[in-house]
Amino acid sequence: MIPGAFDYHRPRTLDEAISLLASLGEESRVVAGGHSLIPMMKLRMAVPEHLIDLREVAELRGIAVEGGQITIGAMTTQQEVIGSEELASACPILREAALQIADPQIRSLGTLGGNVANGDPGNDMPAVMQALDAAFVLRGPEGEREVVARAFYEGPFTTALGEGEVLAAIRIAAPAAGHGWAYEKQKRKIGDYATAAAAVLLELEGGTCRKASVALTNVGDTPLHAADAEAALVGSSLDAAAVEAAAAAARAIAEPAEDGRGPRAFRVHLTGVMVARAIEAAKRRAG
Amino acid sequence: MNAETPISLEQRKDKLQGLGCSRKRVEDARFTQGKGNYVDDIKLPGMLFGDFVRSPIGHGRIKSINKEAALAVPGVKAVLTADDLRPLGLHWMPTLAGDVQAVLADEKVLFQNQEVAFVVAEDRYAAADGVELVEVEYEDLPPLVDPFKAMEEGAPTLREDIADKTEGAHGPRRHPNHIFTWEAGDQAATEQALAGAEVVAEEMVSYQRVHPCPLETCGCVASMDKINGKLTIWGTFQAPHAVRTVASLITKIPEHNIRIISPDIGGGFGNKVGVYPGYICSAVASIVLGVPVKWIEDRMENLSTTAFARDYHMTGRIAATRDGRITGLWCHVLADHGAFDACADPTKFPAGFFNICTGSYDIPTAYVAVDGVYTNKAPGGVAYRCSFRVTEASYFIERMVDVLARKLDMDPAEIRLKNFIRKEQFPYTSALGWEYDSGDYETAMDKALKTVDYQGLRAEQKAAREAFQRGETRKLMGVGVAFFTEIVGAGPVKNCDILGLGMFDSCEIRIHPTGSAIARLGTISQGQGHATTFAQILASEIGIPAEDITLEEGDTDTAPYGLGTYGSRSTPVAGAATAMAGRKIRAKAQMIAAYLLEVHDGDLEWEVDRFQVKGNPERHKTMKEIAFAAYNQAIPGLEPGLEAVSYYDPPNMTYPFGAYVCVVDIDVDTGVTEIRRFYALDDCGTRINPMIIEGQVHGGLTEALAIAMGQEITYDEDGNVHGGSLMDFFLPTAVETPTWETDWTETPSPHHPIGAKGVGESPNVGGVSAFSNAVNDAFAHLGLTHTQMPHDHWRVWQTAQRLGLTGQPAAAE
Repeated sequence: MIPGAFDYHRPRTLDEAISLLASLGEESRVVAGGHSLIPMMKLRMAVPEHLIDLREVAELRGIAVEGGQITIGAMTTQQEVIGSEELASACPILREAALQIADPQIRSLGTLGGNVANGDPGNDMPAVMQALDAAFVLRGPEGEREVVARAFYEGPFTTALGEGEVLAAIRIAAPAAGHGWAYEKQKRKIGDYATAAAAVLLELEGGTCRKASVALTNVGDTPLHAADAEAALVGSSLDAAAVEAAAAAARAIAEPAEDGRGPRAFRVHLTGVMVARAIEAAKRRAG
Repeated sequence: MNAETPISLEQRKDKLQGLGCSRKRVEDARFTQGKGNYVDDIKLPGMLFGDFVRSPIGHGRIKSINKEAALAVPGVKAVLTADDLRPLGLHWMPTLAGDVQAVLADEKVLFQNQEVAFVVAEDRYAAADGVELVEVEYEDLPPLVDPFKAMEEGAPTLREDIADKTEGAHGPRRHPNHIFTWEAGDQAATEQALAGAEVVAEEMVSYQRVHPCPLETCGCVASMDKINGKLTIWGTFQAPHAVRTVASLITKIPEHNIRIISPDIGGGFGNKVGVYPGYICSAVASIVLGVPVKWIEDRMENLSTTAFARDYHMTGRIAATRDGRITGLWCHVLADHGAFDACADPTKFPAGFFNICTGSYDIPTAYVAVDGVYTNKAPGGVAYRCSFRVTEASYFIERMVDVLARKLDMDPAEIRLKNFIRKEQFPYTSALGWEYDSGDYETAMDKALKTVDYQGLRAEQKAAREAFQRGETRKLMGVGVAFFTEIVGAGPVKNCDILGLGMFDSCEIRIHPTGSAIARLGTISQGQGHATTFAQILASEIGIPAEDITLEEGDTDTAPYGLGTYGSRSTPVAGAATAMAGRKIRAKAQMIAAYLLEVHDGDLEWEVDRFQVKGNPERHKTMKEIAFAAYNQAIPGLEPGLEAVSYYDPPNMTYPFGAYVCVVDIDVDTGVTEIRRFYALDDCGTRINPMIIEGQVHGGLTEALAIAMGQEITYDEDGNVHGGSLMDFFLPTAVETPTWETDWTETPSPHHPIGAKGVGESPNVGGVSAFSNAVNDAFAHLGLTHTQMPHDHWRVWQTAQRLGLTGQPAAAE
């Protein structure tokens, strides 16, 4: 549990970070809280020669909610997400999900950007971002571009983040007023990744589902956007048959690893249970 | 004046903070302020750090080891391999179980993460870099991970070093992977009882491989002083004196030139009883390099290499009459000991005290046989917060009794009450040979059942099952009843020794002239609060306030010889020694008081903190006055001073017991088991400090929860260890831990000087059965008799699925 040797850099601006990344090359990694990267370094599964710590980059912090557009700096901690009343009212699923990540100590250092950019399929926020159809603002030597969360994840620890790029911010179109939301996560204990988890957002109109978003955590190599599950819900009254159809659609795309959390059959089954429970909870909250 | 005497007597008693008072723990001032002094806090000038190169595979032959690149790392001082230890005869070491264990892998590796080379460097970082660069070439051999296949024909021979030995430390071996067969009881009579029984229930009950996982991992600092030839080792040792003797025997360094110090220890739970390669390698490195060497294992090393527990696969048959009277018990255990037999058991008991498996019941005839086998897994087999193999035994009988109750359609509480050893039968000799000292099981059980409103719970469960049937709920309610009898306080020297060292224990007391005292013991606290409770025993014995008594343990240069702390032996053995030493102090004090009061010593009586003249209490001498006189007054016929030492060889073990009830609600769709209620009644004999007992029970129950509901170290078929990190190994936090309700009865041990029996491990022994019985009970109405632990989400769900409860289409498969 002792990492290899590395140099530590602490830039003050995003430009400085990006130019460090460019000049230090492939063997450098940015660290945004360190709760995934540092353990991997201690296990020597990651052996970067340079660590570029973004904690002093002030422009990467902060939450803005303006005209239905939410922008969250990549270095905003989970605790800051939880503590933001603005976010809680504009997009309550973020608080609900953040509260289910690890424990208070980790949430006070772990960042939203680190959580979504690392590409760990066990992380919770990627699926939430897919449900919200969020966009990630990436900055690199060539400038800035946006990639939507639903297109960002390519495989375990593999994302659309280009070489030399840094995730700067997350942009979310605030869900419609009166929407229902839920993040249902089952885990073995505090601090664990999900055995299965589901993020659900619903909009109802006269008892009929007008819009639905469903995404899944830790039941595949990447977060999974469950489009078929959404389709099973839209236009329905969210009756038992529709809920079961959505759960079945979610199960159909789940390909969880077999590990200490259980055999594949259990985790597939649980994916459906989490989806169904998230739909029920979101439905209760939709007004 | 006279009217006030009783009040002042009470005040005098209170001032002592003796037996029975909830004295606050004197240790906590330093622990809660971060001022503890653990092994890793020890920093010596010039100290180097050791780190292990470990085997990536479960079974293989070492083709070559190349140290060059590692030795080129700046700061790396040495790389030790088996070849370096061989000239010293230290490449293998004896285990506590009469086997030998490779200190560094000698030609073969036998489990994943086995120690292969020891890199010594100026700091931990350089050592870890060196570890990365030691090149080891292996030839893969087929791993053997299933104990049931260990003795099959054609199974790979694991221990080539003893392949031809047909006789092991515990009798004949009938296969190269066989370690021993150990039997107790009357086989023929038991088989006859089974054959003629009205009812026989059978079950295979496995107790999975787990790990004690103390907060502090194992480690040491070895320091060889080349000037005076003295080797000092600070380490996480639950038995420092035994370590000294064993170290002397292994290294040939005279015992007076070895000093073992156990500083503060952050939990042991059996993990710190054994001798590990890290200790030997650190000592050798210090001897060779002439400077202190520190070795501290990390969490993954701790979980995957030093001392697993359990891994017992117990096949049972229990015979009974149709009305539920148990008539016989038969048991065969397949014990997976890993690559080396490093179990920490008294020498004559290779399966520990597993023959306590008749439990709390008056079973007329019983037979048990245990076969130990080698597999490609880490060695260990320690008593994880229990006496030797007692949780396994207790779990076995408590499951078997429930299985029998199902078969007879009897209530689990009723069948227990029907078969209890009765109060008047004590001292009771069990069919498997133990003499239970005292007990009152019915009273304890009745109190437990009344307190939890057992009948009410069963009525509620019935209603809940009907609601489930009607589809109104997806939760099943389970009520687990468990009753346990522990056997602790090893033990009488006539049959208990470890490597020939008798399992007595000791206490040495010195009273200072001003009436305060220091007591030293052969045990070592790892969080139990010895400095608090042993001072209380002494306070009541010698009338000096507990706060005026310093307790010291753990330094073999100062403490009297003892066998250490594990198996709940401190209170039964060292606690008894403490009381006996106190009584020697009091005997001499009585003679001094007689001289001072100018009366015959027979005319004096002891009262709380003084000797007073019988019938004339105004004439008295307090212990404080006596102490001063002992050192400062010439008393004819008496040596000056007031000291005593007692080495206590217990006449018998002690047998704490308890009644536990657990109520769970199981979500059949998710497999999540919610612990709604847990009630624990413990009878540990005389209660020394109720607050500490309650703390012990809370801790033991939390570990029982961990084991029953999630802890597991597994190996895949390639020999890779799983569960070797805290990401996977279940260590409950406050969130997962329910509220514990504790209760007690008090049945003193008749043979212990103060009647105490020990309590630290009881809740683990009884708790695991209670949780497991509750989970099984939730499904009992559907025909389930037994499911294997741990009862984690997926296993519970699988049970529900097997019973057709999940409504989950087969498509999910």
